[in-house]
Amino acid sequence: MADAINGWDRTQIAARAALELRDGTYVNLGIGIPTLVSNYIPAGVNVTLQSENGMLGMGPFPFEGDEDPDLINAGKQTITELPQTAYFDSAQSFAMIRGGKIAMAILGAMEVSETGDLANWMIPGKLVKGMGGAMDLVAGVGRVVVVMDHTSKHGESKVLRACTLPLTGKAVVNRIITNLGVLDVVAGGLKIVELADGVSEADLRAATEARIVG
Amino acid sequence: MNKEYASASAALEGVLFDGMTIASGGFGLCGIPELLIAAIKDAGTKDLTIASNNAGVDGFGLGVLLATRQVKKMISSYVGENAEFMRQYLSGELELEFTPQGTLAERLRAGGAGIPGFYTKTGVGTVIAEGKEHKDFNGQTFILERGILADLSIVKAWKADPSGNLVFRKTARNFNPPAATAGKICVAEVEEIVPLGSLDPDLIHLPGIYVHRLIEGPHEKRIENRTTRKKESV
Repeated sequence: MADAINGWDRTQIAARAALELRDGTYVNLGIGIPTLVSNYIPAGVNVTLQSENGMLGMGPFPFEGDEDPDLINAGKQTITELPQTAYFDSAQSFAMIRGGKIAMAILGAMEVSETGDLANWMIPGKLVKGMGGAMDLVAGVGRVVVVMDHTSKHGESKVLRACTLPLTGKAVVNRIITNLGVLDVVAGGLKIVELADGVSEADLRAATEARIVG
Repeated sequence: MNKEYASASAALEGVLFDGMTIASGGFGLCGIPELLIAAIKDAGTKDLTIASNNAGVDGFGLGVLLATRQVKKMISSYVGENAEFMRQYLSGELELEFTPQGTLAERLRAGGAGIPGFYTKTGVGTVIAEGKEHKDFNGQTFILERGILADLSIVKAWKADPSGNLVFRKTARNFNPPAATAGKICVAEVEEIVPLGSLDPDLIHLPGIYVHRLIEGPHEKRIENRTTRKKESV
């Protein structure tokens, strides 16, 4: 492989993903880089964060000593509530997800394909954690944005013609934000929307197995 | 009608049997029926099938029933926090029916609501859909998922009145209401049983019709992933 091209780091990916947020919408952020997105919500954009374990209006982490075991997010982290917070049970939580009331989900990925297939829940024989709410989210929300590293630690592309790992959802991803740039899933393949700082189009194409169109 | 029992063991008297199916509330370690889980461990009931979003951690929550090998099968969406679970599953000692989180919640709700199955888009095109009926509605494909009926529900709430009306607190509600409805018998453990009339009837989260037995007790309420921010100096 060629020398590694870094592009954006984790926080820059999260900051870029935050630009996807639309004012006045309800949004679900997954575990990992997606959780960091809440630190970069642009001024003037008011979004309500849903946590699928049963909460709308998720607030920041508590101050030390204020942790409440009854108040956690979907990553089991202690969090806080806001003035507009509402709590509900898991059936209600996924009714609003399945029912299309959540405008967007920002999720992590192990692999993504040119047709918008997403794999992010298991590696057969090695890593058996489970899909949690990810399959419900990708099937139910209005728009799915994936944030991920473009390549594996060994330099292999994770943006593929077809996923090799078990799928979380088929043809569900709308936009992919990686350390190398931003791509949209369109007819026939992926379309380059934006390049990360210091990344050329040739760099991005070289790191992408999926077909790039346009 | 008074549904109060003196202890978790007393509340489970006559309802446990080997090979039974149990629906459990809780998300991670939040809102789990920790007292009833401990009593099931003490009772030694075996070959359990447990429908629960997670499987606890090593040494707490449902993890204690995995350690004692009382569990035959889990119906869960996420088991990543439990090393013993992973070991038993990968070695073939434990069955696992992975169920997407929303599908699990709805399977419990449907089971308790007399709905034997429902169609959902969740899992279409994935391994979850294999072997399940597919049906198109308005040009989109859905799969048939089955409601869950359990022999016993074990749930945890914040407060109850003696008639079994339950009130939950913050995100500790999670799977408890749908799990409570899915069982032939539901035993609820709460932090406080308050006198009849002291809960506002407009603010009951789960009506007592779903709750058959009640216990009150001290809860450890362990935090799984303590995250905080520093107070910024002014």
